[in-house]
Amino acid sequence: MLDDGLKSELSKQGIVTTTFEEIYNWGRKNSIWPLGFGLACCAIEMIAVSMARYDLARFGAEVFRPSPRQADLMIVAGTVTKKMAPQVVRLYNQMPEPKYVIAMGACAISGGPFKQGYNVLKGIDRFIPVDVHIPGCPPRPEALIHAFMTLQEKIGRQKLQGENRAPHTRSDMPSEFEVPQYGAHDLTPTKNTQEWVPPVIVRS
Amino acid sequence: MKSLEEIIKTAGHSLEKAGLELIDNPSPCGERSILVDPSSFLALVELMRDDDEIGIDYLSNVTGVDWPEKIVKEKVKVKEMVDGKEKEVAQTIENNVGGYLEVIYHFYSVQHKSGPWTLRMRTGDREEKVTLPSITPIFQSADFQEREVFDLYGIRFEGHPDLRRIFMWDEFEDYPMRKDYEDPDDYEYEPTPHKKVLVRTQRHYEGNDPGK
Repeated sequence: MLDDGLKSELSKQGIVTTTFEEIYNWGRKNSIWPLGFGLACCAIEMIAVSMARYDLARFGAEVFRPSPRQADLMIVAGTVTKKMAPQVVRLYNQMPEPKYVIAMGACAISGGPFKQGYNVLKGIDRFIPVDVHIPGCPPRPEALIHAFMTLQEKIGRQKLQGENRAPHTRSDMPSEFEVPQYGAHDLTPTKNTQEWVPPVIVRS
Repeated sequence: MKSLEEIIKTAGHSLEKAGLELIDNPSPCGERSILVDPSSFLALVELMRDDDEIGIDYLSNVTGVDWPEKIVKEKVKVKEMVDGKEKEVAQTIENNVGGYLEVIYHFYSVQHKSGPWTLRMRTGDREEKVTLPSITPIFQSADFQEREVFDLYGIRFEGHPDLRRIFMWDEFEDYPMRKDYEDPDDYEYEPTPHKKVLVRTQRHYEGNDPGK
């Protein structure tokens, strides 16, 4: 294993050294293909990001895929209603590993301004794991780009070996999550209790 | 433009037992409406459509209202014998006014540039007698809106071609826009609870106050 000092010294002499892990993650993080689906007004900002003015193509992520089978990233852009939640979870389940989720906007992370609505899911992280949350109503395109770069950093840090290796390399980590069913009064179950634990509120 | 009184008068001639009642609106807009007996509702709409002067040709909006049961207090002076003398004593009588559901239709006449013509229908109660005639065979645009009223208020429209829930899923059993609807208990995490949300959150955690 080369240390960073030697690596930098070699690169000054015109010798590029890398590891398999590094080049594998470099390739992955520069070709994140998002799933092309939007739920509400945040989707308009997501579309703006993909177009010429904000140009997500600079990050290698302009290829919005119409099929979950070809997508690496799900951008939950908008209010998730309880009627829509099973479909969102099913789409997530159909994506191949490694897969990532960005919860975009106030609605996707908590229910947002519609939180007390009878038909609004209070955050998509009740059913599927979320990698990056973006606040905003809706978030600026720059915020989504920032989320992308955060996700790229996260992918770049992922290990392929050892204790803390990436979830998609481990067979004991779940890759699919339970799809909620429509019930008489609410979704059943109302949340994935293994995946989502309500955060403890600490007040001074 | 005919006034609502004239409509009631004309309708009274041609419709037997029309059961029409003018409802005043005390708010600044002062938009009045006609309360129609469900049995003569379709006939009245057809009459207003075919009338040369009214000629409604556009159904703008269908909506519902839930009127829950309420207790109306009334003060009545009653004569009673007190200490051998007759005296007037004020008594409060509580009247239980039964609840009902209401549908409101807003019609316009595009050809005469008049409207809205507001018609109302009421159900017998909130549980059993919730069937009202559907206007969809006359005005196609009522289709989705009557489904919405059915979905959210639970009013059944007789004669509707496809009466299903439109927003909620088919397995859903409640009517969310009714006053006594209680939303599902998913109050596990409320970072800034206040008022009703605080009450619900406290109830969720049963005394374990998350607001402090």
